[in-house]
Amino acid sequence: MPNLDALYTSTLSSFQVAHDGFVQVALAVSAFLFVVGTIGVFVRRNVITVMMCIELMLNAVNLAFVAFSRAHGTIDGQILVFFVFTVAAAEAAVGLAIVIALQRNREDLDVDSFNLLKG
Amino acid sequence: MILDVILFYGAAMVALASGLFVIAQRSPINSAFSLIVTMCSLAVMFAMLGSGFIAVLQVVVYAGAIMVLFLFVIMLLNTKQDEGDRGGGIGRAAIALGIILAIQSMVVVWKGAETLPVNHKETTSADVARGLFSSPRFLYAFEATSILILSAMVGAIVVARKEKGK
Repeated sequence: MPNLDALYTSTLSSFQVAHDGFVQVALAVSAFLFVVGTIGVFVRRNVITVMMCIELMLNAVNLAFVAFSRAHGTIDGQILVFFVFTVAAAEAAVGLAIVIALQRNREDLDVDSFNLLKG
Repeated sequence: MILDVILFYGAAMVALASGLFVIAQRSPINSAFSLIVTMCSLAVMFAMLGSGFIAVLQVVVYAGAIMVLFLFVIMLLNTKQDEGDRGGGIGRAAIALGIILAIQSMVVVWKGAETLPVNHKETTSADVARGLFSSPRFLYAFEATSILILSAMVGAIVVARKEKGK
């Protein structure tokens, strides 16, 4: 019969190791989501989708901030996330107002059709 | 303990999948719902990383307020579906560069994160408040954000307003 106690302890310690890997996994997820957001900004055509991709990138950065805050045991990362929230809210408000103005004046939301300032 | 690990890795996988769905969907409304799922699973990850206050803020401010604003505008404008990806060079170049960037940033993060210290400290909203207000380091920046919000509000109203005589 296997030693259940030892098995339990080793399982528990392997989960402890997995717990230690949270920061690493969070940073990898953050990098992946940031890249997905970057691709979305270039690939999608709808202005609103492009703005949502920017929000996705901001979220990825927030995850990195929280992960580093956890790794170093300091609070500064979380305070920076707080500021990112504020800036994201302001950005969403102004950006969506611009989208509404664009829809009203151009009746089109395709990013390729906004080339007024293109040389 | 075990529940923590399952929750964290589950949330990470949901975040990855729904993050991909955000750019894989044709219609903006599906992208918005995928983004809400991404934000909620990121909130779970924040909580598991020991910052519960940020997790609550993520759900309330991001998934609650900002995404509802997005959904509101999408439904208000009743946009037609995205006609597809940007054709030609820029789309393909973006995907190729994105894959390269993904691989190299994952490798750098994975290698670099091994040297990070390991902490298991849970932080509360009181800790965040103490960090914000107990020293003038972030206090002026915090006051500046109130001016930012005010100017953004005024700017949004001015930009979106109907001009007289139109």
